[in-house]
Amino acid sequence: MSDQSAPEPTAPETEALIPPPELLHGCPLVDSRGAKVVHCNREDYLELCRALEADGHSMPIGLTGVDYLTHPGRDLPAGIRPERFEVVVELQDMAHHRRLRVRCQVPASDPRLPSLFDLWPGTEYHERETYDMFGVVFDGHPDLTRILMPEDWEGHPLRKDYDTGHVPVQFKEAPRGATI
Amino acid sequence: MSETGTEPEPTDGPAGSVATGPVPKQSLVGRLLGRPRPGSAEIDEMLRMKTDEGSQELAPRSRTSPQELELESGRVLRLPEGVQLDRGDIDVETPEDESMILNLGPSHPSTHGVLRIMVEIDGETVLRSKPVVGYLHTGMEKTGEELMYHQGCTNVTRMDYLSPFFNELGFCLSVERLLDIEIPARAVWIRMLMCELNRISSHFLWLATNSADLGAINMLVYGWREREMVLAFFEKVTGLRMNHNYFRPGGVAADLPDGWRDDVLALCEAIPKRMDEYDDLLTGQPILQNRLVGVGPIDADTAISLGLTGPLLRSTGVAWDVRRDVPYLAYDKVDFDVIVGTNGDCWDRYAIRFNEIRESIRIIRQIADAMPVGDYRIQDKKITPPPRSRIDESMEALIHHFKLYTEGFRVPPGDAYVPVESPRGESGCYIVSDGTAKPYRVHMRSASLTNLQAMAPLARGGLLADTIAIVSTIDPVLGDVDR
Repeated sequence: MSDQSAPEPTAPETEALIPPPELLHGCPLVDSRGAKVVHCNREDYLELCRALEADGHSMPIGLTGVDYLTHPGRDLPAGIRPERFEVVVELQDMAHHRRLRVRCQVPASDPRLPSLFDLWPGTEYHERETYDMFGVVFDGHPDLTRILMPEDWEGHPLRKDYDTGHVPVQFKEAPRGATI
Repeated sequence: MSETGTEPEPTDGPAGSVATGPVPKQSLVGRLLGRPRPGSAEIDEMLRMKTDEGSQELAPRSRTSPQELELESGRVLRLPEGVQLDRGDIDVETPEDESMILNLGPSHPSTHGVLRIMVEIDGETVLRSKPVVGYLHTGMEKTGEELMYHQGCTNVTRMDYLSPFFNELGFCLSVERLLDIEIPARAVWIRMLMCELNRISSHFLWLATNSADLGAINMLVYGWREREMVLAFFEKVTGLRMNHNYFRPGGVAADLPDGWRDDVLALCEAIPKRMDEYDDLLTGQPILQNRLVGVGPIDADTAISLGLTGPLLRSTGVAWDVRRDVPYLAYDKVDFDVIVGTNGDCWDRYAIRFNEIRESIRIIRQIADAMPVGDYRIQDKKITPPPRSRIDESMEALIHHFKLYTEGFRVPPGDAYVPVESPRGESGCYIVSDGTAKPYRVHMRSASLTNLQAMAPLARGGLLADTIAIVSTIDPVLGDVDR
């Protein structure tokens, strides 16, 4: 639909049915069950967050990640390339009582994002947690270490290809290898 | 594993090291004792290997990056317009051999659970501090992806174990937002009743532990006693004192028992009288005032940029309360005040929590009068299991029961986050659904974890004893921090 170079005769009709998404600082803004959500690609992430901070979104409510490995067909507005990881930032504008969610796509091949620490120091622990759980590296974070898992832990537990595993329980006189 | 900065552990003995041949980098004494030379890379390595956390810990200044050193000062503090930051003013420069890194916790009564704080001190003055968390991490968010929606509350209720109803509420509201259902009015008001009682029980426990931290040991007993009165009511309603699993997507698990109103009104009678006694016991006491007034102040802009919520934010004078500003349940139908402070110090945080108990009592009286009659859970057979008696009579009820408990109910794809005001600040559950009966991602926005970020800037430059008062008034629950 966004491809303007080769217009088809039916294109105006489809566009009339699905209105183009509202833009906020050049990124599509959609409504998700009453909440305002702005989607962005990785290259627009820092610019967008800077603009939102300047807009008055002064409080970082939270930052977390989602691994869409086994759920690739999610709803994304046009112009957003679906990637495996998504970093979700929840922001609050204290003066105008506005709340906004930023969903940024992060590719699996190079899971890196600029850190938001300089904009909102309150994202420090959340970025550490997202790094710990998903392996997304935040460039420019002052102290990017694991926060919940031990330092020598291998893997990132909340990734979908990280198995929960089984604890073998050996009951009395149970056959070897019995698991629950 | 907790003694950091002390001597390295001796190796197996001199015999072993002699056999390995000459090590040119070691001093004579080191060779004789079979140990690496103090200050060498080997010792650094051994110190790091001795503990579980490694670089998560507070390292000596020589091994800390400048960015990390600025964590507590330049990059975090928000200064008013026109005020220039004088770096020499903020940075307490102490030669490294005059300071000492001390480990508080993880097991210490005043750290409220298994919180470990590493502090660099010069005499009694705290130069740097860093909380080391993760000791209670049990992967509950991963577990949440394995459980069906009606099982999810069992999991999340254990996160912030002092205010379990708020975890359940955050989870249920998000699921209901995804399902796009409206729950019956009685369920809404029951949820409000339980939440406000939970706020009282949580603040009483905080009052008890905070006073014990500051030396008022008798208050410890009283605080636990009053909390137990509230928990007895919880037990009567839900069957459990803690970890209730009482709120379910679609309503609550059971109706209030007979005589609930008398019990609630008896609590509303007893608690304010006791609060007046504790006012006499604590608030006017000069020892307590000396420990709290002016200790650990924080300004509003810094608090907002750190994401602090709850009493921590309100102590700076920002009247921000999710109950009033982003109303959920029926909080727009009850009358209550948002308690704010002025200085943002420990005393304000103490006074806010103290008075929030009274405010909650005020809300509970209104709830007791306004409690509507009707269903306590939604009459949607695809979400609510049928009552036990119907299963024997109706084939359909039996099928619904079987399907609900084996397959669960499907939730439309999407994501939702509904904030609630827990005793510690904004809490809420970010849920991503992929259209199946299990959530694709469950993330609990933990007020305790976010508020713990205030630890380092608050403790900086204060006395070591004040650190205890600061941790206490931040009031982190480690189950919520680590999840």
